[in-house]
Formats: sequence, structure tokens, C-alpha cells
Amino acid sequence: MATDTPHPTHARGPGIAFILKKALISALVALVLFSLMIGIRTEAGPAGQLVYWTRFNELAACVAIVFGGSIIVELLRQWFAPVDTVRIVPASTQRALAVLRRLLAPVLLIFTFLVPVIFYDQRYILDLGILVLTYVMLGWGLNVVVGLAGLLDLGYVAFYAVGAYSYALLATNFGLSFWECLPLAGILAAFWGVLLGFPVLRLRGDYLAIVTLAFGEIIRLVIINWQSLTGGPNGVSGIPRPSFFGIPLTPGDDGLAHMLDIEFSPTHRIVFLFYLILALALLTNWVTIRLRRLPIGRAWEALREDEVACRALGINTTTTKLTAFATGAMFGGFAGAFFATRQGFISPESFTFQESALVLAIVVLGGMGSQLGVALAALTMIGGFELFRGLDQYRMLVFGLAMVLLMIWRPRGLIGHRAPTVFLQHSHAISSDLVKEGHG
Amino acid sequence: MSGTEILSVDGLSMRFGGIVAINDLSFTAERRKITALIGPNGAGKTTVFNCITGFYKPSSGAMRLSHDDGQQIRLERLNDFRISKLAKVARTFQNIRLFPGMTALENLMVAQHNVLMRASFYTVLGLFGVPSYRAAERQAIDLARSWLDRIGLLERADDAAGNLPYGDQRRLEIARAMCTEPALLCLDEPAAGLNARESAALSELLLSIRADHGTSILLIEHDMSVVMEISDHVVVLDHGVKIADGSPQQIRDNPKVIAAYLGADEEEAIAVMESGT
Repeated sequence: MATDTPHPTHARGPGIAFILKKALISALVALVLFSLMIGIRTEAGPAGQLVYWTRFNELAACVAIVFGGSIIVELLRQWFAPVDTVRIVPASTQRALAVLRRLLAPVLLIFTFLVPVIFYDQRYILDLGILVLTYVMLGWGLNVVVGLAGLLDLGYVAFYAVGAYSYALLATNFGLSFWECLPLAGILAAFWGVLLGFPVLRLRGDYLAIVTLAFGEIIRLVIINWQSLTGGPNGVSGIPRPSFFGIPLTPGDDGLAHMLDIEFSPTHRIVFLFYLILALALLTNWVTIRLRRLPIGRAWEALREDEVACRALGINTTTTKLTAFATGAMFGGFAGAFFATRQGFISPESFTFQESALVLAIVVLGGMGSQLGVALAALTMIGGFELFRGLDQYRMLVFGLAMVLLMIWRPRGLIGHRAPTVFLQHSHAISSDLVKEGHG
Repeated sequence: MSGTEILSVDGLSMRFGGIVAINDLSFTAERRKITALIGPNGAGKTTVFNCITGFYKPSSGAMRLSHDDGQQIRLERLNDFRISKLAKVARTFQNIRLFPGMTALENLMVAQHNVLMRASFYTVLGLFGVPSYRAAERQAIDLARSWLDRIGLLERADDAAGNLPYGDQRRLEIARAMCTEPALLCLDEPAAGLNARESAALSELLLSIRADHGTSILLIEHDMSVVMEISDHVVVLDHGVKIADGSPQQIRDNPKVIAAYLGADEEEAIAVMESGT
């Protein structure tokens, strides 16, 4: 937590004059922005003409809030953010925090396993849980590409779409079951991952990001326009629901409920879906953790740190990047197949750029490369967003504010430090200052 | 034919547009010897290195590497990572290029990538933790541990490489290059930024690498105390052309070399030398 070179004289940060100046500038910007947005209100009059009136009181209130808020934020920053200050936390507190941190992941996992038991009657919570877990899985998948290999991918939703459409089309046209299609969806998505990987190998940074963004759009536009195969904007409907390894979850005589001699309830299917996505997400997590400790995972991280040094050590950077793309895409494909079977209906509308941006935000917010961080971020982004539902039209505003505050407080994500993959005596976490983000 | 030389560079030229960085350079590096490449700033030393290690494709010329078993490899026909993987040429960089966010141990593990990849059957079997991979990984850790011990960084094995002091980073980069088990080790200014004591320790390390592993070393260096102490053979470059070639003693007395370093005419240099003796 402590910085390397403390300046005792500046320990409290800049003075009052600086804070006031900053607040004044913020207020001025707010005045310019809000004078038209809030200061003047326009409406169509009864005869179709434009009526407008001024709202200077509201404008003044907004500017005052920005002024006051700016001062508060600046003061908070000086207390919380590491601005040249050495904060001394008592050893006992540090130990307690370390124990808490170690317990966090197992406790979260046990709680997740128990969610369908605790909230069995609450369909809303179960659905939300499934949604959060889907994004946890997507986040973990993208984490391989962005967090470990340091390749900025803005088109991740393309692989999600490939997985979803693979399952939907194979199931509706050839009658393949979910369990047969799941690996196929993964393989097809990985294949498209490699296909995307080849042309972008020589690109770095922003250029790579733009091409991946375009790739995501290409897949979506192809799906919209290839009407004969994908049904275009109408999507694919009547996608088979998953079966319990061949036994359907239906009220009929051959259904699981009848076989187990219990009363049928539609909740059974939701609970099954919950455990299905949990299993898929945990598979993603397990594979990623294993890969990190294998030479390929170390090569990904080394690639993020310094590509030139990798080449000098005889690492084939081409295949290393391609495997990162393929692995990430495969998990996206699995998640897509799950999405299709859960919804029963898919259309191109589900695979817009916004989804890519959301998953990327989860990875960045979680702390690039951290598995636990990504899970927490997915919970915050998806669950937290639902939490603010009561705030109606202010939901986005509050959510945005929360994100800004979080990024000020934790610029490198919720869990920014990196855990070594191998150690001789002790495994120390590596500070986020040293870990590179990659250049694409 | 494989004889005593490990690397023979023949008529190497490198042009960037109209600029001739290296012009028709020929020299050889002896097996199990330390060859130093010296010259004033901008003489083209690092360009030679980049050609040998595949970062640049030379405009013309041949570079032959002969392994102990007599196998000959034409370096100009390989590129990129293959030079390190197949030809067993390892290098370090003038401005240190470690993986700063990884621990010292992890840095040395990444260097053993190709060995471990084969042991893990290209990840497939490694994913399930087969015993043969575990054994290979333990061996890799042992090799890394022995190198960390050798460069005096065993205590700091689990610290981030970016957190190590400058001198330690330099030594760690050499250890990392050695973990690829190279036949030829190319060091680009290993003593830059080191103090006198650290330079002496570096000289010792390089001599011990040559003695214990039979690795041939090609060295770019400005620190003349290091060059004169450890090299068996010195090649002097100026403006992309070889101006002298010989033992450290011969180079020390060569008026052309002194002139190049002092930026003076040859006659003046001779005059300076004569007045000095």
C-alpha cells in the first residue's frame, strides 16, 4: 500500500487553495454543460410550435452540487487514495484483513452453491443469479485474452454469438442435444477465435482493439443478413431446453419429476440451469488456473509483460497469441450455448457491442488477470445494477457515479495485484504498479 | 570443418533506407571463448547483435553457427524466435528487458518454455497434471534455483523482478538467457550502469559461465576494464566497418582504435601514444 518515496512535507496533499480552484473549474464546466441541458426546457406546444422556459434555480442547484461534491471528492481522495502518503495499518488489522481475503473466495463459492436452496421460492433471485454467473463465465473467458495475454479484445461478444447460434442451429436443424452441441459450440467459437487471431497478430494496442471491434460487428451483421440460415432479425426460436443428461425436465410421464416421484415444478428447470452455468463457470475457472501454472499460461503473461523478450527466449509469439484467442473464444462459445438453451430464443439483438463493452468493463473493474476480482466485478456490475432498480430513471446516474468512485479508489481494479504462479519459499502478491497491462 | 569457431560472420551488411549501419563486416567468434565487440557510440554494434539474434534481417551477408555436433545453421535464414529455439543463441538487452511483474523465479521458468512445452505435450497432458510433466517442472525449478543461487538472488527468488536493484536485474537477465541453455550467449552491454565492484563480479560470472558450461560468449561492452580482463578476442567497429581485430593487447596498442575512440586522426593518435610512453 505504501509508496516508495514519501514526501513528508506533502503528506497531506495540496492545500485549500488548490481544492477550491479545482472545485471552481468543475463548477464552471458544469455551468456550461447544464445551462442548456437543465437551464432551458423545451417542449412542443399545443399547436406544434416550440415552447421553452428557463429553470435557473435548478441550474444553480446543480452547479452548487458539483462545486460541493468536487470539494468532498477531493477531500476523500486525500484521505483514501495513496497520494504520497504512507498509511500505517496496525499489524493485527492487516492480519485480520489477510484472513478475510483468503476466506472470501471459499465463502462466496459455498454461498453460490446454496443460493437455490435459500432462495428456492424466489424466481427473480434465481434468474438474477443465472445472469450474474453467465457474466462471471464470460468475464473469466475474456480474462484469458485481456487479463493474461494483454490483448485488448473489444469484440468478445462475437464468440458468444457463435456459440449461441451453433447450438441453436444444430439443435433445431439436426436435433442434436445440448450435451452434444456444447463441445461443438466451444470448438466452433475457438475456430473463429483463431480465424480472428491470424489477421490481427501483427497489430498492437489501439489497432488491435479496432479490428476486434469490427470483427464483433461483422459477426452480428452476418447473422442479421444471412436470413436463410439464421432467420435474420427474427432470430431462432424453439431452441430445445436442456435435459438432465437425456431426461427432460417436463411434467410428463418421462420427466425427471415423475421418475423421482416428486411433484413437478417449473423451478426445477431454473435450479438445474443455475447449477449448469455454475459448473460451466467453475470449469472455466479451473482450466484458467491450471493454464496459468503451465508453460503456455506463463508465456501469455510474459507476452503481456514484454513481447520482444519473449521472442529472444525462443517463445513462438504467434501460436501463443492464437492459443489465448482460441481459449478465450472457446469459453465464450460455451457461455453462448448456455445462453441459447436458457432463453429458448435468440436474435442478433442480444449480441451488440454493448455486451462486449460490459464484459470488458467487468474484466477491467475486477483487476486484469484476477479470477476472484472478475467474479466480484460481475456481481457488482450485474447484481449492483439490479440493486438500483428502485431508483427508476436515476439508476444509470447512480451506477455511473459508483463506477467513477470505484475507479478513483481502485485504479487497477478491485483486485489489482498479481499472484505468482510458482514460488520457492513464499508466495508474495506482486503490486499492480509493476504488472504491465500489455500493448495488445 | 566445424573446427574451433562457433560463429562466422561473412560480408554482413545492413542498410536502413539510405543509411548503411553495417558495411561488409566479417569476423569470427571462437568456441568456448569470449569475443568482445567494441566501438564508439553509433558504430553499429547493437545492429550486428540484432542481425545475429534475428531481430533484423540483414541486407546481405552470411552468418554461420556451428554446433558442437558439427551441425551448421545459417542464422540469416532463420527468423525471430527460431534463432533462440533452434540455433540456441540467447541474448540480453542494452536496456534490461525482464518481465517486471513476474517474480525472479518465474522469469527463469519462462526461459525454459520450449522444454516445458514439450514435457506438457503442448499443454494437453499438462492440464491434467501427468507425473512426467510434474517431474519436468521440478527439474526446471531446480535449474532456476541453481542459477538464482549462482547470481546470489536465491533469497529474492519470490520477489517481483521489477523490484530488484539494477545490478541484480542485469545478472537476472543473464541467468534468464542461460536458462535457455544456449550455445552462444550474446550480451549487450552487461556492465552498463554497474559500479566497479559489480563489474568485477560480472566478469567473474562470465568467466565461470565459459568455464562451467562451455558456452561461447559474444559481448558488446563499453567498460574497458571488463573487456580487457575477460575477452579472448576483440573486434572493433567504427561507422559500421571493422577497423581492428585481435587479442586485447593488440587492440590496446592499435593506433586506429585509439583514433576512433578519441575522434582524432591516426597520426595525432600515434603522436599522443609516443609522447605518453
